[in-house]
Amino acid sequence: MSVITGERMLRVNPFRRLLVRPETGAVVGSIAVWILFAIVAGSSGFLTLRGTSSYLSVWAEYTILAVFVALLMIGGEFDLSVGSTVGATGMIIVILSTQYGWNVWASFVVALIFAVLIGMMNGYLVLRTGLPSFIVTLGTNYILLGVTTGLTTLITGLTVVSGLDHAPGYSSAHAVFATRLSSQGFPIEIIWALALVALATWLLTRTSFGNWIFGVGGDANAARNTGVPVARVKILLFIGTAVSACLLAMIQVVTTTDADVLRGQGYEFVAIVAAVVGGVLLTGGYGSAIGAMFGALAFAIVQQGIVFAGVDADWYKAFIGLILLLAVLLNSYVRKLALEARR
Amino acid sequence: MNAQAAPLIEVQNVSKYFGSVIALKDISMSVRAGEVMCLLGDNGAGKSTLIKILSGVHRPSDGHYMFEGKEAQFSSPRDALSAGIATVFQDLAMIPLMGISRNFFLGSEPKKGWGPFSRYDAGFANRVTREELAKIGIQVRDTGQPVGTLSGGERQSVAIARAVYFGAKVLILDEPTAALGVKEAGIVLRYIAQARSRNLAVIFITHNPHHAYPVGDRFTILNRGRSYGTFAKSEISREELTGMMAGGEALEELSHELAEFARTDEKAAAALAKAAQEFEAEAQGLHVEKLPSKFEKEEQQYADPLPPSDGDGKR
Repeated sequence: MSVITGERMLRVNPFRRLLVRPETGAVVGSIAVWILFAIVAGSSGFLTLRGTSSYLSVWAEYTILAVFVALLMIGGEFDLSVGSTVGATGMIIVILSTQYGWNVWASFVVALIFAVLIGMMNGYLVLRTGLPSFIVTLGTNYILLGVTTGLTTLITGLTVVSGLDHAPGYSSAHAVFATRLSSQGFPIEIIWALALVALATWLLTRTSFGNWIFGVGGDANAARNTGVPVARVKILLFIGTAVSACLLAMIQVVTTTDADVLRGQGYEFVAIVAAVVGGVLLTGGYGSAIGAMFGALAFAIVQQGIVFAGVDADWYKAFIGLILLLAVLLNSYVRKLALEARR
Repeated sequence: MNAQAAPLIEVQNVSKYFGSVIALKDISMSVRAGEVMCLLGDNGAGKSTLIKILSGVHRPSDGHYMFEGKEAQFSSPRDALSAGIATVFQDLAMIPLMGISRNFFLGSEPKKGWGPFSRYDAGFANRVTREELAKIGIQVRDTGQPVGTLSGGERQSVAIARAVYFGAKVLILDEPTAALGVKEAGIVLRYIAQARSRNLAVIFITHNPHHAYPVGDRFTILNRGRSYGTFAKSEISREELTGMMAGGEALEELSHELAEFARTDEKAAAALAKAAQEFEAEAQGLHVEKLPSKFEKEEQQYADPLPPSDGDGKR
C-alpha cells in the first residue's frame, strides 16, 4: 500500500476504529449479559457445557433467521412474514411426508420452492405497490398463517401433525439437520448458523452484490442512477429471508418430528430485534451479519439465562425490551461517531 | 480552446413540449472537447429540461440532437452514459453511510476471481479511488470512511471524479456549486478547469454568473424556455452576463411593477381605512337602534329549545 502523507492525515485511534463498527454494541451487550448470568446463575448450571449448549441452540435458531433478515434490512426493507413462513414450510414438509409418503428430502425441496415463491411474491408486492414492506409483509404473514391453519385442518383435521420419523429419508435428513455434536447436546444447527453468517458476511463485504445491498438500502434512487438493478437486489433479499425460514423449519421438524401451524410465530420480531441490537440501521444502508449474530446471542443468553437464574421466564421479555432500547441508543451513538469523528 | 474541432454535442433548434406547456423552444447550442460551456438561467428557465434531453432522460419534441456528428438515439440515461455522456445530478447518486471507494465503484464494481468465486476487488477499488482523488487534490486517510464525512465540495468532486474515471467524454454538471460555500465552490471550479485541460467537454449548469464567468469559455443564456444566444467570453463582460441572467429588460419591468405595487398599496390602504370608518358608524347605529319587530320574532324562534329528536330511536 502506498503511503500518502499530508497535513490533514491524522492518525486514526485504533480503539475508535473498533468502536465505529456496527456490531460493537451487540458484542459488548452479549458479553455484559453473559457476565451477568455467570454471576447470578453460575452455580445453577449456566456455566456448564449443558448450559452453554442450551443457549447456543436457541442462538443458532435465531441466527439462521436474523442473518438474512439483517441483509434485507440493510437493503432497506422489512420481512414480517418469516414467522408464518417457518410454520407453513414446516407443515408442507411434514404433511407431504406423513400423509402422502414422500421422501423427506423431496418434501424439503418442495418447501424450498414454496419459500422462493413467497419471497418473490413479497418482493414483487412491495416493489409493485410502492407500499412500505412493513405493511405488505405483515399482510402476507397473516395470509400465510390463515391458509396454513385452514389447509392443515382440512387435510389432517389437526393443527399439529407428527410422525415425521417414520417417513422415508428421515435418518439421512436427521444426520444433516438434527444431529447432536456431543453428548452435552450441542446441535448441528450451530454449524448451519455459523455457515450462514460466513456466507452473508462474504456476500456483504466481498461481492458486488453486497455493495448493491448497501446501495439500495442507503438510497435506492442514487443506486438506480449508478446502474444498480434495485428491484432484482430487493427481490433476491426477500427470497433469502424466506429460504432461511424454510431451512429453520426443516431443522425444527426433523428435530421434533412434528409440525405445528403456530410454530415460528413471533420469530419475525426476534429476527428484527437481533438485527437491530446487532447494529443494523432501521432505515437501511448500514449493518453487518456478524452484528446480527451477536444480537441473536444476547437474546438467547437472556432467554435461557433467566431460566437458569430461577426467575420466572415470564420476565424475560421485559429484559429483552430493555436490552433492545439500550442497544439502539448505543448504536445510534456509534453511528454518529462513524459520521463525525473521523473528520 | 480548439474552436475548429467538430462539436461533441450539438443541439439544433430543439424544442420540448409537455402537453400544452412549452418547456423549451428553438434552443441551439454546442460543446467541443476541451471546452467549458456554461448554461445559465434563472429558476424555470428550462435548464433542467435541456439537461434531461442531453442526458437521455427526455427526447426532444422537435429539432436535432447530434452526438459526435451523428443523430443521438438515447432511450435512457444508461445509453447516454455508455456513449460517454456523464451527468452529475444535484443529488450526486452517493450513499452517505457507504465508504468512499464503495461509492466510487457502486454499480460498476471491479471483480477478481471467476464464476461463483468472483468477488469485489477491494484492493483495486481503494487504490484507484485514492489515486483519482489525489489527482484532484483530495487526500483521504481511509477510502473506507463514509462519504457522509466529506464536505459538500469534496463530495461533488468525488462524483465528478467518478464520472471522469468511467470514461466520460462529456461531463454535464447540474448546479454543482449551488449548495456550497465560497471555498467549497472554489474546489469544484478548479476541478472543472482541470477536466477541461484533460480534453473533456464540460456543460456547466448554474444560476450564478460569478461561478460561471471564471471557468466558462462560452455562455448560453436561457430565459423562460428560450435562448438569448451563445456568447464567447471575449464578447461579453461579467456585468453584461449578470444583467442578461436576470433577464435585462425583465429587471427593468420588475422595478416598474414594484413601483406599481407601492402605488396600489397606498390606494388600498386608503380604501380600507374608509371602509373601516363606514363600518364603525354603522355598527354604532345598530347598537343604539331597537331591533325591528321582524327580527324580534326570528330571535324568539331560535331561543326555543330544540324539538325532541327521534334520532335516538334509530340508533
